[in-house]
Amino acid sequence: MARHAQEQEELAGLSIEAEDGLCVVRPRGDWTVEQIGRFDRPLRKLARDEDAASIVIDVSALDRLDTAGAYLLGRTLGPGRELEESRVRGEHRTARRLIEETREAFQDCPSTHEARRGPVAVFASIGQALESFVLDAVDTFDFFGRTVATAGRTLVQPWRLRWTATVSVMETAGVNALPIVAVLAFFIGAVVAYMGADLLQTFGVSVFTVELVGVAVLREFGVLITAIMLAGRSDSAFTASIGSMKMQQEIDAMRVLGLDPFEVLVLPRVIACVLMAPLLTFAAMLSGLFGGMVVSWGVLDISPNFFIDRLQSSISWEHFFVGISKAPVFGMIIAVIGCHQGMKVGGDVESLGERTTASVVHAIFAVIVVDALFAMLYLELGI
Amino acid sequence: MSAEPIIEVKGLRSQFGTHVVHEDLDMTVRRGEVHGIVGGSGSGKSVLVNTILGLRKPDAGEIYFDGQAMSEMSARDRAVLERRWGVLFQGSALFSSLSVRENIMAPLREHIDMPVSLMAEIADLKLGMSGLGPEAATKMPSELSGGMKKRVGIARALALDPDVLFLDEPTAGLDPVGASKFDEMINELRETLGLTVIMITHDVDSLYAICDRISVIAEKKVIVTAPIEELVEFDHPWVQDYFAGPRGRAARSG
Repeated sequence: MARHAQEQEELAGLSIEAEDGLCVVRPRGDWTVEQIGRFDRPLRKLARDEDAASIVIDVSALDRLDTAGAYLLGRTLGPGRELEESRVRGEHRTARRLIEETREAFQDCPSTHEARRGPVAVFASIGQALESFVLDAVDTFDFFGRTVATAGRTLVQPWRLRWTATVSVMETAGVNALPIVAVLAFFIGAVVAYMGADLLQTFGVSVFTVELVGVAVLREFGVLITAIMLAGRSDSAFTASIGSMKMQQEIDAMRVLGLDPFEVLVLPRVIACVLMAPLLTFAAMLSGLFGGMVVSWGVLDISPNFFIDRLQSSISWEHFFVGISKAPVFGMIIAVIGCHQGMKVGGDVESLGERTTASVVHAIFAVIVVDALFAMLYLELGI
Repeated sequence: MSAEPIIEVKGLRSQFGTHVVHEDLDMTVRRGEVHGIVGGSGSGKSVLVNTILGLRKPDAGEIYFDGQAMSEMSARDRAVLERRWGVLFQGSALFSSLSVRENIMAPLREHIDMPVSLMAEIADLKLGMSGLGPEAATKMPSELSGGMKKRVGIARALALDPDVLFLDEPTAGLDPVGASKFDEMINELRETLGLTVIMITHDVDSLYAICDRISVIAEKKVIVTAPIEELVEFDHPWVQDYFAGPRGRAARSG
């Protein structure tokens, strides 16, 4: 209870007196868990300074006593489980019994391991992080391989594919993401147009804003915005849902029932993402171009008619195909990483959070790395 | 044991949508007793306890603690009250990011002003009282078996030396030896600390061993509250099935 300090003084007290070569500890009042905090230090000091065998407790002035108070008194009497009659004096309803019981129940538990510190520990944790990153990457490839194998089997036996699950994921991960992807792409297109307008106007070639917006949105931003949205939105959802199924032993239940979790959980999500990513990318491209067009119209007085005309004449289809060709790959990467991290969730809530974070970070990382690889590839191919 | 009531439930109604779980339910728990609550699966035992604990708002009716209506209490009074009770949830509900010792220390840290070293010692003491070995102290909840989690949950519920202990199926998942040890522990605590215990249980042995009075929930209300000797004679089909079934008979003769 939230009593004032002054009141607390009156509720519990302690005096220590020397009598006939013995050290008599006299607790007074309520020795309950709320009160005993301040007696810890004096009693610890007493137990350290005096011979344990010479300490005697007089419980006659005690009022209420709980296990915490009894423990503190019992500890003062020194280690060991047995308690001699003479060590506890005075009459109290429960004190002797409680002290005996707490002495019996108490056990020395190992102390918590302190984390290592210092420069060595820093290097160690860097090394551990790197190792786990490499292992995780290898593991993801392993997972990817199993997904492909499952997909191959499903190709031969198409009736095994879970159509309902696939379509349902297509809706939640694809259709429901459409508004946010479109809005984001619109703003990115608008920003690119602004930057371009500002920069190109100084050279007097502001009309090239159309090319800038076209190439940037079609080649890169449309698909990247889609991939990042998918990673943030669907990938985390995959990890969380599969992870909580793992925690509830649902995955184990599937296995013993003869259901392949890859077939039931992973494949529908991968297929849905591979199919929906290009569609979302297409929407993102349209929306991004529209954003660029609106800004060009407002800032540069480039009319929509002219914008579209110039877009058609100066931007080749290649840019569109470069962009859209990356989408299914990104979709697959995202789905595979999300499902993989979900499967790696352990038994506790902590790991669910950890894995969800890891899943989003890994997915975005992988998407950007693969995007860079694509850029190099297409450069070499001259597209 | 005094006949003075510590918790009174009056006219409680709980419902989920159109599904009514309790209708005009009354129950009285006396100070210092071990009060068992039994009932079929889905009869709303846990809902009743959660409502008493204030985790669920009653749809009608009132709960009195020490004669005070809980719905009229100020937040401050409630906080004071919450420190007087310990709760063991059905799934143990340990904090998964804390080690066992830190779990037991959590209520102490939150409410009590005392040196951390003493807190740790008290946590170890409670761990010993709940019957777990010293090696468990530094483990994480995910490394424990179901029965061990339950014991840690009990240790945490006892951390503040509460006046009232709520136990939701405390012996479920414990082996018979552990379960009877647990019964002993509850008996011991009640005698030495004057603890009031409200326990939901399906363990007929526990009902015989430690419960002073037992409330039976059926037909959306408490149909009877009585000591077990009277309860077995009570004329209600569910009660008869429960205590006259093979398990009930075995416990009775044992």
